[in-house]
Amino acid sequence: MKILVPIKPVPNPDEKVKIKGDGSGIVLDNIKMVVNPFCEIAVEEALRIREKLTGEVVIVTVGPKETEQQVRTSLAMGADRAVLVEAGTDLDSLAVAKVLAKVVADEKAEIVLMGKQSVDDDNNQVGQILAAVLGWPQATFASKIEFSADNKKANVTREVDGGLETIEVSLPAVVTVDLRLNEPRYASLPGIMKAKKKEMKVVPLASLGVDTAPRVKVLSYAAPKLRAGGGRVADVAELVSKLKNEAKVL
Amino acid sequence: MADILVVVEHQEGVFKKNTLSVVTAAKALAGLTGGEVDALVLGDGAAAVADVAAGTGVRKVLLGEGAAFAKYLAATTAVAVAQVVKAGEYGAVFASASTFGKDFMPRMSGLLDAPLASDIVGLEKDGDALRVKRPMYAGNAIGTVEMVGAPLLFTVRQTAFDAAAMGGAAAPVEKVAVTAEAGGTAFVSMQETKSERPELTEARVIVSAGRGIKAQENFKLVEELADQLNAAIGASRASVDAGWAPNDWQVGQTGKIVAPELYIALGISGAIQHLAGMKDSKVIVAINKDEEAPIFQVADYGLVADLFKAVPELIAELKKLKSA
Repeated sequence: MKILVPIKPVPNPDEKVKIKGDGSGIVLDNIKMVVNPFCEIAVEEALRIREKLTGEVVIVTVGPKETEQQVRTSLAMGADRAVLVEAGTDLDSLAVAKVLAKVVADEKAEIVLMGKQSVDDDNNQVGQILAAVLGWPQATFASKIEFSADNKKANVTREVDGGLETIEVSLPAVVTVDLRLNEPRYASLPGIMKAKKKEMKVVPLASLGVDTAPRVKVLSYAAPKLRAGGGRVADVAELVSKLKNEAKVL
Repeated sequence: MADILVVVEHQEGVFKKNTLSVVTAAKALAGLTGGEVDALVLGDGAAAVADVAAGTGVRKVLLGEGAAFAKYLAATTAVAVAQVVKAGEYGAVFASASTFGKDFMPRMSGLLDAPLASDIVGLEKDGDALRVKRPMYAGNAIGTVEMVGAPLLFTVRQTAFDAAAMGGAAAPVEKVAVTAEAGGTAFVSMQETKSERPELTEARVIVSAGRGIKAQENFKLVEELADQLNAAIGASRASVDAGWAPNDWQVGQTGKIVAPELYIALGISGAIQHLAGMKDSKVIVAINKDEEAPIFQVADYGLVADLFKAVPELIAELKKLKSA
């Protein structure tokens, strides 16, 4: 099965971001860029599918040349090769999805696996838009993917409000992955060595002829209201008394 | 401006209250740009849902029915909503930023080549221009966003907009013709998380447990405490990953966003991703034996203690209060 996995670099999600003084963006100096955690889950699932069904895992990213580093990280996990569409970091979800649709068509992918959201913009849009642009079925928030015997369909279990829903999608389809699908492997040392030599095709954005004019523009960033936390109580009796008499929530 | 459409969420014929915040957000836009707010209900035998929606202060309710809508599917919903938007020349569409709105609204954005602002927390005007506020980076930044094109699509963070009142004067319900093919998608099954407790996103009190609870059987303690407070039960990612709690209990950046009057965090360290889902709660209580845990930085009342000692004490105190 030919599996396409779009990935995106994000600032290390375990560090709290700081906003630039003029509100024009996020301070990225000294912040480590990593592969978006949901993208890693998608890469892992692609590798597991390839291990079972054979095929090829192609990593795709849309971004500046520096994104090569995160692409190599995904290749080091075991993906076969990569396509980097060289572009700025200012593309919105619609633009990224349209670019990905071109690559998907070019590569004749049979399934696209990708993270349900990137933890920087928190949009949760690109997979669904891509499915619409391609006219393919979509299955979002996947916690389990099972292929039919002829590999023409997949049953996807989705993490939804209220429980777990299973839907059947015919392939090709776009599946976006959620946290419980798998636990991504670490790249091995030989994997990292091999990744350096794997093919990474660089495609200039302009060559794809896609309209990437933004429909959604982030004009400025501000810090949220800070919470005045840090209050302490000595014991349960004091806690109950404060909740009753001070906070008045009991 | 053109009129505004709210897509009503329901669970197989039962109106979901998260739609009430969506109505409020849609009315906020109407207040800024003009236009009337209508509601759309898609389903098969969903007249009861339309009747509830009719009492939320909308101009009218459009009811689109057919066997294709008996079970929610993104493919059919996106196509049908797009039909209604075109026929009614709607200028904006709103849905909840639940797993319902997050699933079909981006698909519609792709179908209509229209801008979508996800998970919005505010709408305002800068001169004549509409500005949208939405959280980014796990809620550590609030972006001000401009949208270009039409129709404008929004998913709404429920905790950021008050619930519209229910049971008001009944707006007319009109049937609309919608057709949709499932396009290679079919519903197979739903494994529902059954609970007698209030829904997480609607509860006044939430008791939430993390890694410190150590095992699934210890959730009994959490339940006992929740019983005393008529609370919903939440969980951190660690609890859900460990299999101690179902997925739809997860509170956080990529799980449920909650803002109850009282949030009690038991054995939760307070990772950025968890805080993103609960830091707008009115009162936060944290019980954790690690005094360095980041959860204490957002807690109004932090208790450094072993939860297995403190929670039974708390349950006893609450029982005393009740009988007093």
